[in-house]
Amino acid sequence: MEVFIEKTGERKQISFNGTAKKLLESIGVNYEEVIITRNSEIITLDEEVKESDSIRVLSVVSGG
Amino acid sequence: MKCEKCNAKAVIEMPALCNKHFTSYFEGKAKKTIKEFGLLEKKDRVCVATSGGKDSLTLLYLLKKFGYDAEALAVDEGILGYRDQTLEFLKDFCEKNKIPLRIFSYEEETGKRLDSTVEPGKPACSTCGTLRRHLLNKHSKGYDKIATGHNLDDESQAVLMNLFKAQKKLFSRQGPKTKKMRGFTQKIKPFYFLKEKEIMVYAYLKGLNVSFAECPFARLSYRSQVREALNEYESRNPGTKENIVRKYLSIRPASHQDVRSCTGCGSPCSGDFCKACRIKAGFALES
Ligand code: SF4
Ligand SMILES: [Zn+2]
Ligand SMILES: [Zn+2]
Repeated sequence: MEVFIEKTGERKQISFNGTAKKLLESIGVNYEEVIITRNSEIITLDEEVKESDSIRVLSVVSGG
Repeated sequence: MKCEKCNAKAVIEMPALCNKHFTSYFEGKAKKTIKEFGLLEKKDRVCVATSGGKDSLTLLYLLKKFGYDAEALAVDEGILGYRDQTLEFLKDFCEKNKIPLRIFSYEEETGKRLDSTVEPGKPACSTCGTLRRHLLNKHSKGYDKIATGHNLDDESQAVLMNLFKAQKKLFSRQGPKTKKMRGFTQKIKPFYFLKEKEIMVYAYLKGLNVSFAECPFARLSYRSQVREALNEYESRNPGTKENIVRKYLSIRPASHQDVRSCTGCGSPCSGDFCKACRIKAGFALES
């Protein structure tokens, strides 16, 4: 799956199946600081994400 | 997760709400803050202090949506690779939405850009914030109120920061509305009880598409440490941020210190010269 992490500008190819919550834990990001979109739709932590999804982790912190 | 009001798919947790119900929750909370704390009246001329970031753009969008006569003011600190980008976005947004925008720069005011006065690796936020407040106050004289995008995260962080550093005088800048004082345009914060994250969700749903940009000095700030710690704590103890500001409001000092006028510019301050004038004098000596 492709995961884009806005804050660092990283685009990662990772192999992952599970909930969005697990995904955030695996990349070490606090849910308070981001919103997660799957194929451009906002999803909540309990949603299952799968290999074919395009996930974006968008930062909610405004930069100054 | 399902919306707790209608069973549609939720876009946010705590409270779990769908797009439609989140929109009315968000707008309702901002409206309630405006009403409960008497932030704005329909006849008020209000300017929004905008940075081009999501909080202030969302605020501008919402005040227009609520039918207020809002204009935009922005400050260009002179931070290459950051502010130039967010200002471009802001200009575009204001043009599309036919909102009058005025931009004032540190360079015009002090003769220097921020990135030319602060060495890389040194903290800049204190100087930067002082000059920003000074410029906003100076150029908002023709308005009844100046609205800022400060949100629950900013405000709960500020309470903690002041507590940790025991800076009692800064408490007067906090709260949903600053006191009326001669020489100061009253500041209002309609997002006082809304989380940064909620603003982001709203902005995303409304297609405001503000892209992330980070000031190169932000990471060095004391605030960013407090933010991280508070977010850790909030995720383990939901409701902490709101508790902090509610407690703060309940014990807020009723009176302010005596205010004098700055000999240099006439702005209210506690000594002979305000901090902005002292910074400007320092820049002049260096050059
Ligand atoms: S992060 Fe600090 S230096 Fe950067 S714009 Fe904000 S106050 Fe100024
Ligand atoms: Zn709903
Ligand atoms: Zn002064």
